[in-house]
Amino acid sequence: MSRLFTVRNVVVVALLIFLALVPFFAVLTGNAFLTTLFTRIVILAIAAVSLNLIMGFGGMVSFGHAAYLGIGGYAVGILAYEKVTSAFIQWPVALVACAIFALITGALSLRTRGVYFIMITLAFAQMIYYVGVSLDRYGADDGLTIYTRSQFAGLINLSNRTVFYYFCFACLMGTIYLVWRMVNSRFGMVIQGARSNDRRMRSIGFPTYRYRLVCFVIAGVLCGLSGVLLANQADFISPATMHWTRSGDLIVMAVLGGMGSVIGPVMGAVALLVLEETLPHIIGAVGGFVTGKSMVAAKEYWALILGPMLLLVVLFARGGIDGLLRRFGRD
Amino acid sequence: MTEALLQVEGLTKRFGGVIASDAITIDVKRGELHAIIGPNGAGKTTLIGQLTGEITPNTGSVRFDGSDITALPTYRRSMLGLARSFQITSLFPDFSVIDNVALAAQAHDGHSFRFWADAREQPELREAAMIALKRVGLADRANLLVAKLSHGEHRQLEIAMALATKPRMLLLDEPMAGMGPDESSRMVAMLKQLKQELTILLIEHDMEAVFALADRITVLVYGKVIASGTPDEIRANAEVIQAYLGERDAEAANG
Repeated sequence: MSRLFTVRNVVVVALLIFLALVPFFAVLTGNAFLTTLFTRIVILAIAAVSLNLIMGFGGMVSFGHAAYLGIGGYAVGILAYEKVTSAFIQWPVALVACAIFALITGALSLRTRGVYFIMITLAFAQMIYYVGVSLDRYGADDGLTIYTRSQFAGLINLSNRTVFYYFCFACLMGTIYLVWRMVNSRFGMVIQGARSNDRRMRSIGFPTYRYRLVCFVIAGVLCGLSGVLLANQADFISPATMHWTRSGDLIVMAVLGGMGSVIGPVMGAVALLVLEETLPHIIGAVGGFVTGKSMVAAKEYWALILGPMLLLVVLFARGGIDGLLRRFGRD
Repeated sequence: MTEALLQVEGLTKRFGGVIASDAITIDVKRGELHAIIGPNGAGKTTLIGQLTGEITPNTGSVRFDGSDITALPTYRRSMLGLARSFQITSLFPDFSVIDNVALAAQAHDGHSFRFWADAREQPELREAAMIALKRVGLADRANLLVAKLSHGEHRQLEIAMALATKPRMLLLDEPMAGMGPDESSRMVAMLKQLKQELTILLIEHDMEAVFALADRITVLVYGKVIASGTPDEIRANAEVIQAYLGERDAEAANG
């Protein structure tokens, strides 16, 4: 079974083990921020995996996926503001709201293809963004602070940093497993067939529209879970969570990590957010070392480095990081 | 009336000022191989499109096994047993050969809202796919990626996919397009086998193949049926010779 020990599989396992041990590293290094950062990464990885279900496997490039982060987050925030803090109410409400939004917008968007699909999903997300902006009772533009995290009737304490991290990590692993089972099931074959050749799918007897719609709803609900967690992590929700640039971030995670596999977007989320976090420091340190002066101002320009890196990945590593690692294994 | 499996009546389709199908009426009897021939631009592919439901006719009707299917969407026609192969190869290039055929079998094995079990591990789909692959002679290529097959093999795979949908009737849109003489004669031999069990509507440019295979032939010119009959009748029909075969003979004589 030498095929199990490819470079790619070793990296995947190492990444998962690292994610499983993050709180320990945080204790070892005395850097509590590490857990906070990786909680965010793990939560957004759930969103990226869910986006990739429709984008990578289903060929439905949605430019409005952050809408579900917002809907999930606002469901938690608004209910908490109205003194409903039980997760057993908040979370089902959040996920059902996402399902309904996905069902309605999906039913309309999936009648279009290609660029039109991208634009219409973007338009729906912008609509919900402006709904957020207009919620005067719930902070409007400024957002809404969440004073109490979701309560699991005393069973799970989400206010504990380590508990919360492992809770999110378990959600990510569950999402990966679920999506992995799904893409290899009969349903997954239909979704991938419809991406590859929708016309042929219909001619061999598949009503592809309804399968794609169900897939769109599942992805929306999974991303809603990510939104619920994100609001709890930040203790805050604002319209910025569902700004179109956030949808763009999710696309970048999936493309950077690799759309061909379930785990690719997790790599993309880790890579993008770690770079975002560390590049300013690296620029400051390297710049300071080279010029001998303080380079605090140069830190602002981290995006100048990140941009070309993304370009290189898109141009030369079509399968993203995951595709690149697979190529190593072949030699 | 039940003798005809497929009845096309007065089918008309206009694209702007162009009449692509002009009151076409064709009966395809149960168990026959019915060929449609005609020069380029005669409207053969438009006709197939209307039979499969991808193009909606302006007027006229299509009946399959006695029931009106004129307004049915493509996938419902496939469910009734009307299978189609494409003129321009239309496969799932990123799947393996057997995955392509298994997907066709899956379409006719209940709904696919099954989210958990691995579809590639399901013997009922894999076995049905292997049977179809054996019939077209691709069994030994089952695990290759579609992209690795030759053009001729792609055409064979097209037919295997149609067969895996358990059809009662095959609509074959130029199955020999782009094939060499060897591949063509193998395809003819295979179609001879298939016509023992299935009703076939064959659209084809290769006259030799058409006259070797067809029980009846319909000739389409500028969207109109100008003749319909046995191969011998078509060969002897003056109008056909004028409109179609004559053109070729003249070419052959001059060339």
